Amino acid sequence: MDLAIVWESMPRLLEGAALTVEITVISVAIGLALAIPLAIMRLSPNPLLWMPVYGYILYFRGTPLLVQLFLVYYGSGQFRVFLDGIGLWVLFREAYFCAVLTLTLNTAAYTAEILRGAIQGVPRGDIEAARALGYSGTLLYRRIVLPKAFRLALPAYTNEVVFLLQATSLVSIITLLDLTGVARIIVARSFEPYKLYITAGLMYLAMTYFFLFLSRRLEHWLSAHMRERPASAAADRASR
Amino acid sequence: MLDLRGYGWMLWQGLELTILVGLGAMALALVLGLIGAWGKLSRARAGRWAAGTYTTVIRGVPELLLILLVYYGVPTLIQDIAEGAGYPFIIDINPFVAGVITIGFIYGAFATEVFRGAFLAVPRGQIEAARAHGMGRALTFRRIVMPQMWRFALPGLGNVWMVLIKATALISVIQLEELMRSADIAARATKLPFTFFFVASLFYLGITIVSMVVQRRAEVWANRGVRRA
Repeated sequence: MDLAIVWESMPRLLEGAALTVEITVISVAIGLALAIPLAIMRLSPNPLLWMPVYGYILYFRGTPLLVQLFLVYYGSGQFRVFLDGIGLWVLFREAYFCAVLTLTLNTAAYTAEILRGAIQGVPRGDIEAARALGYSGTLLYRRIVLPKAFRLALPAYTNEVVFLLQATSLVSIITLLDLTGVARIIVARSFEPYKLYITAGLMYLAMTYFFLFLSRRLEHWLSAHMRERPASAAADRASR
Repeated sequence: MLDLRGYGWMLWQGLELTILVGLGAMALALVLGLIGAWGKLSRARAGRWAAGTYTTVIRGVPELLLILLVYYGVPTLIQDIAEGAGYPFIIDINPFVAGVITIGFIYGAFATEVFRGAFLAVPRGQIEAARAHGMGRALTFRRIVMPQMWRFALPGLGNVWMVLIKATALISVIQLEELMRSADIAARATKLPFTFFFVASLFYLGITIVSMVVQRRAEVWANRGVRRA
């Protein structure tokens, strides 16, 4: 089989992969920052706080990402005059901005739901003990609840990041040149579909499993206190 | 704002096609999931390897890319191979069939994991007891394992269905006039993109909410033989 076309397009595919990673990292970072307050609001007893968040999470988890993307990118055009008036049209005109905005809102909803489950999974005893020691409010969340919740949420959150990495391929539909976008353009010109799509697929596979490897290392490191002490360290301690 | 300019019927037809593609793909995913789980749990190394590769690859590659690969790539690949062998011919895949096959193939990998977990959740002792009563492997599976597997698999399968039905929106890229594509056509014709995509999103939300209710009922039904604490 003649693979020249694959080698020729490699630099452009790598550029596309860089955009894929860039969009993923930005959306994951902002999405996580949004998800923490959202999860806390979702658990609030005050209906003015939890009901809007519940609606937001239901909408973003209950509809396809593609619809959300089109709603922001094409849908914003319907409000052009208004957006122009408040000076936001320059942002919504850009596919890049719309892509990052949609992916961020989407992952924030999924992450908030994961964190909600994890916060509820923090043992009551821990919280009671912290309260008995005088912790309350922000300090209770910052020192006791959130660190434990993050550790509980990590496996599910890893999955969410993997899904988001793959979901970024949709931005190619709104003209961005991410890895899928670059592959589609080269296919349209060269008409060599399977070679390029398989190459792009392998590149996604490599990115996914590299990330999963990193997250497994992180999980291992975070659970150090739950593993048995290595034999040499235990012996070291005993001989002291 | 919700004046659909006479395009409402098109969205309904799109919805119908979305549900049809979803059901077809789900049926395929269930079959592939059972086969995949059987492979993963099999004693034969080839079975484990094949099922393992299947779930690994599907988990690591975006759905959109797989759809493009199946719809544009596979026919070309087969044509190239046929031409190399001296039998040139042209294949034209119907977008509906391509959609059902691709989505079913992708979610078969997720169903594999669900069935594998459900199988392992059936207590070993019951299987041993069935074998001790003289039931063969097939009979044990049909009478003992399968009825209980459904109960353990139901929550996972419900999730697979809800992700699957949303993924059908992606096959609008291969020009099948399902809900998403219908909304796109209507949006372009009327220049009301927000209106149509918003209505389409509410249709999807409706499917999700109905599915959640059905799933809860199905779980109650499947657990009817289990005593509650």
